[in-house]
Amino acid sequence: MTPTIVLPVMIGGLYAAGVYLLLDRSLTRVLLGFLLLGNATNLLLLSTGGPAGLAPILGYSDAEEINDPLPQALVLTAIVITFGISAFVLALIHRSWRLARNEAVGTDEEDRRVAARRDTDADELDPDDLAPEDRAAMHADSLRADLEELADDVDVPAGRGPS
Amino acid sequence: MIGVLAPLPVLLPLLGAAGALLVARHPTFQRTLSVLVLTAVLAVSVVLLLVADAEGAGAVSVGGWPVPLGVVLVVDRLSALMLVVASTVALGVLVFAVGQGAADGSEETPLSIFHPTFLVLVAGVSNAFLAGDLFNLYVGFEILLMASYVLLTLGGTAPRIRGGVTYIVVSLTSSLLFLAAIGLVYAATGTVNMAQLAVRLGELPEGTQVLLQSMLLVAFGIKAAVFPLSAWLPDSYPTAPAPVTAVFAGLLTKVGVYALIRTQTLLFPGGALDDVLIWAALATMVVGILGAVAQSDLRRMLSFTLVSHIGYMVFGIALGTAAGLAGAVFYVAHHIAIQTTLFLVAGLVERQGGTTSVNRLGGLARRSPLLAVLFFVPAMNLAGIPPLSGFIGKLGLLEAGVAQGSTAAYTLVAGGVVTSLLTLLAVARVWTRAFWRSPSQAPAEETAAAAAADATSRRRPVDEAPESSGTPGSGDGDGDGRPRTAFSDAWRRHTAVATASEPDLPPAAGAVRALRPLPRTMVGATAALVTLTVALTGLAGPLYGLADRASTDLYDRSPYVSSVFGEEEVP
Repeated sequence: MTPTIVLPVMIGGLYAAGVYLLLDRSLTRVLLGFLLLGNATNLLLLSTGGPAGLAPILGYSDAEEINDPLPQALVLTAIVITFGISAFVLALIHRSWRLARNEAVGTDEEDRRVAARRDTDADELDPDDLAPEDRAAMHADSLRADLEELADDVDVPAGRGPS
Repeated sequence: MIGVLAPLPVLLPLLGAAGALLVARHPTFQRTLSVLVLTAVLAVSVVLLLVADAEGAGAVSVGGWPVPLGVVLVVDRLSALMLVVASTVALGVLVFAVGQGAADGSEETPLSIFHPTFLVLVAGVSNAFLAGDLFNLYVGFEILLMASYVLLTLGGTAPRIRGGVTYIVVSLTSSLLFLAAIGLVYAATGTVNMAQLAVRLGELPEGTQVLLQSMLLVAFGIKAAVFPLSAWLPDSYPTAPAPVTAVFAGLLTKVGVYALIRTQTLLFPGGALDDVLIWAALATMVVGILGAVAQSDLRRMLSFTLVSHIGYMVFGIALGTAAGLAGAVFYVAHHIAIQTTLFLVAGLVERQGGTTSVNRLGGLARRSPLLAVLFFVPAMNLAGIPPLSGFIGKLGLLEAGVAQGSTAAYTLVAGGVVTSLLTLLAVARVWTRAFWRSPSQAPAEETAAAAAADATSRRRPVDEAPESSGTPGSGDGDGDGRPRTAFSDAWRRHTAVATASEPDLPPAAGAVRALRPLPRTMVGATAALVTLTVALTGLAGPLYGLADRASTDLYDRSPYVSSVFGEEEVP
């Protein structure tokens, strides 16, 4: 058989582009990246079947000339799975958009909080070490400050905020 | 016998899921159906284990296709043992979830999809344990992952979407890596049947073997949350509802560990990458437990101990001896039960105390002595206090490490002891704060009272999970009809962030919830699982014997191969 250069180059290119998109914070790009990666993997699976041949149908073509049917069966299964997951991720993106008007991957606040804690021993309950939602009194203050800041931004009187 | 029974752990839950969808409008019927199905799966698994232990491994080719063409399901001691433990905890979690659903009075969405999805998850886990070829293992993984995506984002609240996205993207990456590895394995050997691969992979050049092995190890390492591929786990697990987190923690990572065991024993028995695994195991144990010590949220702490204790299992696998593997198999069985139980207890703590933040909990031992016992026993078991099963599992691993005798193994032994002590520290901190100190020392009451004052204004814009909305008026989102403006969106984001670590309960609910007794079904299910973990201690002798025989089989490899191909020559 003559080795083909087209398939490896395409697979490599798709993988590269897919990984690049997957690393983005925007969920739509992540989905596109996932689709590219899925296609790259499908091509890889398809190319494991060896050189091209006739359709593997019994009685239609000789056993010597047919293509290996197993990778094709695997690819079909993989396509179906990729399709289902893409639909789910799309629904997720839609939900994320409806919740926050934003479809970027959020930050893990608890994680940031633990990382930012100065004192590794949290046994004493210094209010500064607690999460904003754990500080009863301070919470209102910080909210008020945020509100004023927001009011400046969007031209709403501070007193009219949800209180 | 095995030929008839082996497909049932996959088939029954799938049919049950279809039935549960059909009767989605009749919650009582749906619950009864799913509990019955899982009970049947458990019964079948127990029979399979008894048969497999008595008569050795057996295989069935689905659809009557001759091996190696068709899909093969293989039951050997390891997969049967995994099936039994998995279906037991799945049943316990399901009963717990039924109790929670009944107590919260949410008889409609999304609990109507919870039961079918849960059953699909169990089918996927069973399929992964039984799979006799690599591609069927991939399909099993995809079934359980797809179900887990739905369960993790149940209700679609902002924190769950955030946690779910991380989980989904990481899982997708590992699945694609696994699929690419399958393609390369097929290209190199011309088969995906594991019994046949066991023979053919050994004939490949060494470099090709190492490449394929490392691809599979990375793919399974992500699923099993082995450091440095573990960062996704503590990020995404704590946001889900308690029963979901419990079953994820118990089962999903262990499916990855199971696949690691198969890779290292059946497919690539040479132990070429054992050194890498040893250091990965050490890092997983130590980094994981250091993370756990730093947490102040009970669920996040438990998620980190989950990562850390995966290290023990990898420890047993990496030693490359039958004794080490026996320890790992025993530890997997023990840890599935213990970690699930602890997450269920965390769910109960959240109900009782209104939060899982140990900074704000207090006096739980006095308020609910039963809950305290339910936490204390598995927590001590997790830390490895004698004579509980955690101690026996760790002792077996440490002995195997010393017997292996290399410098790396001794380092692992030291790491294992340190991790055990730090686990004790982590759970003891939770115990002294949440359970032992008097309520007056905890800021929970005043926080709750103060929070109650402005609860309505604080909480309004955040969508509450329907199944946990115990407080009136918290689930209405934009129900007050205010037009959506940039301001309200910013406000929404702010409150969503402020409550990100406590997705389920408004702080004010603690005061309300504490007055209510815990639902009996939930406590009963948790108590049953705690009893099971204690029973594992009593049954440790037979169980360890079983784990020993399983690991001998695994290193021998011929029982597995001959169960698929009979006595004939492997083609």
